[in-house]
Amino acid sequence: MIGLQHYLVVAAALFVIGIFGIFLNRKNVIVILMSIELMLLAVNINFVAFSSASGDLVGQVFSLLILTVAAAEAAIGLAILVVFFRNRGSIDVEAANVMKG
Amino acid sequence: MTVADLAFYAFSTVTVAAALMVTLSRNPVHSVLWLILTFLSAAGLFVLLGAEFVAMLLIIVYVGAVAVLFLFVVMMLDVDFAELKGEMAKYMPIGLLVAVILLIQLAFGLGAWVSADGAMGLRQAPTPDATQIDNTRALGLLLYDKYLYLFQLAGLILLVAMIGAIVLTLRHRRDIKRQNVLHQMWRDPAKALEMVDVKPGQGL
Repeated sequence: MIGLQHYLVVAAALFVIGIFGIFLNRKNVIVILMSIELMLLAVNINFVAFSSASGDLVGQVFSLLILTVAAAEAAIGLAILVVFFRNRGSIDVEAANVMKG
Repeated sequence: MTVADLAFYAFSTVTVAAALMVTLSRNPVHSVLWLILTFLSAAGLFVLLGAEFVAMLLIIVYVGAVAVLFLFVVMMLDVDFAELKGEMAKYMPIGLLVAVILLIQLAFGLGAWVSADGAMGLRQAPTPDATQIDNTRALGLLLYDKYLYLFQLAGLILLVAMIGAIVLTLRHRRDIKRQNVLHQMWRDPAKALEMVDVKPGQGL
């Protein structure tokens, strides 16, 4: 019988893979953005799994909001990426030190 | 093992494997395609959980919009991805270390939680019987009634994201000639035209 724990394990695995991807692709912003999407997907799976397990629909409502925020974040992130590439000719994150921060 | 269990194991295996391929793949176009597979199988998991609306939304929003956006950007930017991948092996040990530590921590958390006694009584919106009202309808009744402000907020976030993306990527190139409609409309024939009586054989 598949219970809540199984879904939590899948979500935890997805989240860890997202963090692993951020570490692994230190230079490639596009893959970093995709890793962030994976982590948000893991959060979504958690919300929906708990919503289904406890019979409360609010979890699904909140997962809709996360979906919206993830889409907005992807759009803004890719727009910044396009502008960055236009100015610097590269998407290397480590080249993003113009402000010497 | 029932069909639902088999489906769960199939979908979750595909989800995790495709997510791994997103991070490990050498070509970002392949990464985007693996990302699409991840979202599709995650949508399958949502269907198994009884959240059909969120599953379909995941397919429409992520596969239909976000993944295509990623694909556009990957293909539009002329990036030398081989160079960016060069140092991947260097970060592999530290990445694996962090991932394993985090997995162990999450495993501790997953093994040790219990839900509170009164948790079922604290539910904000108990799921109605699925045979009476299906998931999409129940979610709509909730979203347009009790969580209307949340819904409006989501729309506002999307509006801000849209305006932000347009403002960021809007570019006025100075080195090309473009049509200025107002300038054309304000042009006065009296100033623009001059009648010249040219005599034969003389020219101007």
